[in-house]
Amino acid sequence: MTDADAGRDIDTTEPGRAWTFGDDIDTDQIIPSRFLVSSDPAELGEHAFNDLRPEFAPNVADGDFVVGGHNFGSGSSREHAPISLLGAGIDGIVAQSFARIFFRNGINLGLPVLICPDADRIDDGDEISLRLDEGAVVNHTADERYDADPLPEFLQNLVDRGGLEPYTRAKLGTE
Amino acid sequence: MTGKTISEKLLSEKSGDDVRAGDYVEAAVDVMMTHDVTGPLTFEVFEDVTGDDPELVDPDNTVITIDHHAPADGVKAANNHNIVREFADEYGAQQYDVGDGICHQVLVEEGFVSPGDLVIGADSHSTTFGGVGGFGTGVGSTDLGTTLATGELWFRVPETLRFEVEGDLPDGVYAKDLILKFIGDVGFDGCTYKTAEYGGSAVEALPIHERLVLSNMAIEMGGKAGIVAPDERTVDFLEAQTGERPAIPAYTQPDDDADYEAVHTYQAESLSPQVSTPSNPENAVPVDEVVGTEIDQLFVGTCTNGRYEDIRIVADVIEGERLAPGTRMVVVPASRSVYKQMMDTGVMETFVDAGAIVQSAGCGSCFGTHQGVLGDGDVCLATANRNFPGREGSMESEVYLASPATVGVSALYGEITDPREVELNRYDDYVLEGVGA
Repeated sequence: MTDADAGRDIDTTEPGRAWTFGDDIDTDQIIPSRFLVSSDPAELGEHAFNDLRPEFAPNVADGDFVVGGHNFGSGSSREHAPISLLGAGIDGIVAQSFARIFFRNGINLGLPVLICPDADRIDDGDEISLRLDEGAVVNHTADERYDADPLPEFLQNLVDRGGLEPYTRAKLGTE
Repeated sequence: MTGKTISEKLLSEKSGDDVRAGDYVEAAVDVMMTHDVTGPLTFEVFEDVTGDDPELVDPDNTVITIDHHAPADGVKAANNHNIVREFADEYGAQQYDVGDGICHQVLVEEGFVSPGDLVIGADSHSTTFGGVGGFGTGVGSTDLGTTLATGELWFRVPETLRFEVEGDLPDGVYAKDLILKFIGDVGFDGCTYKTAEYGGSAVEALPIHERLVLSNMAIEMGGKAGIVAPDERTVDFLEAQTGERPAIPAYTQPDDDADYEAVHTYQAESLSPQVSTPSNPENAVPVDEVVGTEIDQLFVGTCTNGRYEDIRIVADVIEGERLAPGTRMVVVPASRSVYKQMMDTGVMETFVDAGAIVQSAGCGSCFGTHQGVLGDGDVCLATANRNFPGREGSMESEVYLASPATVGVSALYGEITDPREVELNRYDDYVLEGVGA
């Protein structure tokens, strides 16, 4: 799973609509179990937030962002959850905190995941963009800028190499 | 310099570096597991990274189960099952088919996990393996697919929360009640990125099937792992399963002066049966706060509480009785071996006579795909691990989580009932030997 699999380039500096959610959004709510029979990003994307927020999938546009509260992506390990958001067109996720496996899956997939304590200042529908290198979220609607936690060096290195797959191919000499 | 936790010692051992909480390592993985839901994605990653010469680095310790949509609930699921079978056949992985059991139970029963093993599973409840002294942790399909090819994976060495329970558990209080209490106390994300270490005399006294419950639900407080330091009881259990008695490596024992982020201490005698109310496991309350809540469905099973000893407690309570009018009970054993034990000991007949439904081993009802999905307005009391909105079906349904004893007793009344109302049994592992046979 790479940018190419998502069918588009990810550019987080380009403003997009913020879709905001609360605390403890678990992966069952991101992609309900009954849709896990598919691994296809586009098909999963059609069912992202299917039960929690049915208007999301039909209206989300490429380059939009998801904004969560605390503990975003908790529960099951299903990588279908971040993949469904990539498939739906999401270019990045900002949350006050992430559950461990979801955060890890984001790093491994090359899906930008930013921890931002002020994420709750973003309103649904705001235009935002992410500055990954600076560790910042820009809210164009509110004309505000929020600090985000920079990635630890080990993880930034993984992301810079394009995620875990390219990293592993380099290790195995199968590039 | 203070001492080390189990996680710090084990990840130092597996990485060859002397590491502490907060360090990043690449560590050698001993056992890798995936299943019919996370498997197909995992296989894509594996084949992407291995290029022209795909080969599993350790086929004997690569385990793939068909348990989540088992038996298949539709054509897509059935096709995924075939993908699993073909992959296992082509690369020589250890494959378990429909009805064999839930991944975590199969790995424990079949002796794949020994004390000190680093185990990754593309399933969040892979924390279960801490119940037999392994460092088990859930990962995504990209993690697993790459590790199948390399045998190693990156980890951040976690901080550790220690949970100590001293004394003797009172009647009606089981490991499930302990873990619901812990989750309620630290919160749904209270252990995120961290390991839960469980100890104290009450934990040491727990049989393995109960320790597995504590480890299994560590993820419900965000835990990366949930570990009970292995002891003689652990290796007795594993020897009985496999005929081989594994060693207890020194690195599975924490130092007395280990540097814990926090230590939560409980006196066993002061604890009571717990129920987690909808729609988050952290909503744990003493059972008396929810007594009288009307129930439509009772669910007995899952990787948390679907072992024979759990099911037997429910059977003892309802033996010779009928389920309360207006209720239904779905029973799903955690493995074929549990299913067989239920048959051999007459437990199957008890459930059928009481009006319950007994299904083949799998994950079905727990994750809301088939085998007992809830409708709008339905209220379920379950031995499961999650009660998120819509987890077992409709977003308008509600799930309460409790121990097998609480579920069994409540089945007789059709409402949440304090399990201490009746005399309850407590089972050690392998209680079945000689029972009813």
